[in-house]
Amino acid sequence: MILTEESVRNIEKKAARYPNKLSAILPAITIAYRQVGHLNAGVYREISRIIDVPYVEVAEAATFYTLFPKKPVGKYLIQVCHNISCALLGADSLVAYLEGKLGIKKGETTADGLFTIITVECLGSCATAPMMQINQDYYENLTREKVDKVLEELKAKT
Amino acid sequence: MRIESVEQLRKLEKKYRGETESHPVRVHICYGPGCLANGAQEIGDRFRKVIKEKKLKNFKVEAIKETGCHGFCERGPLVVLEPEGTFYTKVKVKDVEAIVEKSLGKSEIIESLLYTNPADDKKIQRYKDIPFYAHQKRIALRNLGQIDQTSLHDYIAAGGYQGLAKALTAMNPNKVIKEVELSGIRGRGGGGFATGRKWATCAKIESDVRYVVCNGDEGDPGAFMDRAIMEGDPHTVLEGMIICAYAVGSTQGYVYVRDEYPLAVVHLQKAIEDAEAVGLIGENILGTGFSFHIAISRGAGAFVCGESSALMRSVAGEVGEPRAKYIRSVVKGLKDKPTVLNNVETFACIPVILSEGGKAFSKIGTPKSTGTKAFSLVGKIENTGLIEVPMGTTLREIIYNIGGGIKDGKPFKAVQTGGPSGGCLPESKLDLPVDFDTLTEAGSMMGSGGMIVMDDATCVVDVARYFLSFLVEESCGKCVPCREGLYQLHQSAVRICEGKGTDDDLEIMQHLSDMIVIGSLCGLGTSGPNPFLSTIRYFRDEYEAHIKEKKCPAGVCTALITYIITDRCTGCLACIPACATDAITGKKGQVHQLAQDKCDRCGACYAVCKYDAIEIH
Repeated sequence: MILTEESVRNIEKKAARYPNKLSAILPAITIAYRQVGHLNAGVYREISRIIDVPYVEVAEAATFYTLFPKKPVGKYLIQVCHNISCALLGADSLVAYLEGKLGIKKGETTADGLFTIITVECLGSCATAPMMQINQDYYENLTREKVDKVLEELKAKT
Repeated sequence: MRIESVEQLRKLEKKYRGETESHPVRVHICYGPGCLANGAQEIGDRFRKVIKEKKLKNFKVEAIKETGCHGFCERGPLVVLEPEGTFYTKVKVKDVEAIVEKSLGKSEIIESLLYTNPADDKKIQRYKDIPFYAHQKRIALRNLGQIDQTSLHDYIAAGGYQGLAKALTAMNPNKVIKEVELSGIRGRGGGGFATGRKWATCAKIESDVRYVVCNGDEGDPGAFMDRAIMEGDPHTVLEGMIICAYAVGSTQGYVYVRDEYPLAVVHLQKAIEDAEAVGLIGENILGTGFSFHIAISRGAGAFVCGESSALMRSVAGEVGEPRAKYIRSVVKGLKDKPTVLNNVETFACIPVILSEGGKAFSKIGTPKSTGTKAFSLVGKIENTGLIEVPMGTTLREIIYNIGGGIKDGKPFKAVQTGGPSGGCLPESKLDLPVDFDTLTEAGSMMGSGGMIVMDDATCVVDVARYFLSFLVEESCGKCVPCREGLYQLHQSAVRICEGKGTDDDLEIMQHLSDMIVIGSLCGLGTSGPNPFLSTIRYFRDEYEAHIKEKKCPAGVCTALITYIITDRCTGCLACIPACATDAITGKKGQVHQLAQDKCDRCGACYAVCKYDAIEIH
């Protein structure tokens, strides 16, 4: 079993609220993702058993929505907005800088398992572009110096 | 404590307002996302600490309000002293002690923190006098920056839930719909469908169950008005929904919030719980016998879920793919029941329409696009941020009077409105009044309200390429013309940006665009080619420069430009460490050299050079 007893209980509790079992798929995926940190076929299988829906329905929903990573990510998931407002103000060169600094490409994770870089669409903080989100926190008006500082602080925390 | 009647609500409003006004000075700290990222939280904490230490006689900690987005994100973190309206910008933690000591203790004004008007270099004390605010009219954003963002107490003190009270006690459902029709309000999500007509249609259909859904899946690039409202004034959205529910006869509502907005979810959840606790949501609202429940439903990163039928499938937990809408969602929507789906900003206007009257609302704006519209001003503009203006205001007024013009005084090139489905408008269209119909005629659209301003250093072909890549990513894949057509459009745009484009590319793009518009089910596909169509309409010469001369006039497309160090170089060494590929060499005091074979044209050297010694060719 990948899912803990607590996650299973939470999923069952959510599922009980819906007259249509299919409606419980997204909430169940969210709970599983919060626990595991990413999703994979094993997780889909367990969810499909718990809420009693076909495996393919779970897999379809999970792969449709981009905010659920499908492979393990680092402790800090660096999500750089590369959408238009940020792009106009240098998001692409920021991504290149991060890639160079961490020695990985977009979509990859550093060997120490600390950082993963991905690019995402608009996070709605366009007035303070360019920006990135690391786990749940926003970092805005980014410059290379600011990025250096943020990464150092995160490294020091671990 | 439950509020059992409308009279009790009125009494509470009076009492709460009295409590708020009893503070001689109130400190409003902007807790909007822009200010938070720049340390608003630390400033708030510091205020509380300093006030405790100084033991000010006339000041209570309750007079510190954590407000929603003031809009002037460019100048954050912001601190406003009310009721005077003294406006402090770019406040730092170290400034807090001085503010407490001088401004709160002795009513002195700290000049250095005031806004300086770039036009005449004079300091401006009150925010109402700052050009950025002076040209605005706020209805949907009326409470942002004015009240504590999650406080029901403050919302009631500001006249909140009075629109609902009026609807429930003095009007029947039909009259509420008539009032909304009278206001002339059209959907703020971008489509511009008449809200009153939508409600009337829903109310007329025979059904045991009806739903009210709020669309908070704001995914348009460059737009964050809905986010600011959900975070900074969640109760107004709820009040609008409850009024709608009463009008159409619904007992269950959902707010669909995109997963990228975690704070909006937290604030809405608190607002729902607070409203439930006093009986403004739930059974027997305000003792009138009317019942309505609201739950939050979260998305998970799919742009297409902002489309009505996809959104409703997503609320029901399914894959968010749109369906053909021969039958509209107002007839068969969520779980195949009649459903009113309105945007966050639309719902935020409803309480005002009810309390002030539909007629008053209809007098604002233009005859066919009434009221105001919120926009987020972003890109290469001096004053980035959130604004709200009467419909019919011209693009020029918005960009120059409110936005303060183009960043660093550069020439204006284009403004993109309406997100990826909208289009780029050139200088010659700046005097167009902003309303639903005019923008559509000009080849763009109102959209949800993102306004992305571009200067002459922006390449419109590159912008079109970017928007197309966004749409390729976000196409749900159901319709082949959209899934494959947008992909091919994007490929052509990439080729042109790389200098490999031919005249055939433009022809194919035009042809594909026509096909995609005809062959797609939902708005994402039918408006998908717009980034190309609007840029080719107004900026064909720029496409041709890329194709025929292999040049990027704006100096953006990296395959078509080279960086050259001129003899203006003073040999300051600054660009050498900035270069990630070690392409620049040189000694102090001597002109540096740039090895073109190593240069990846990232522009870092260009950005750090203080002597304008590096040129783009």
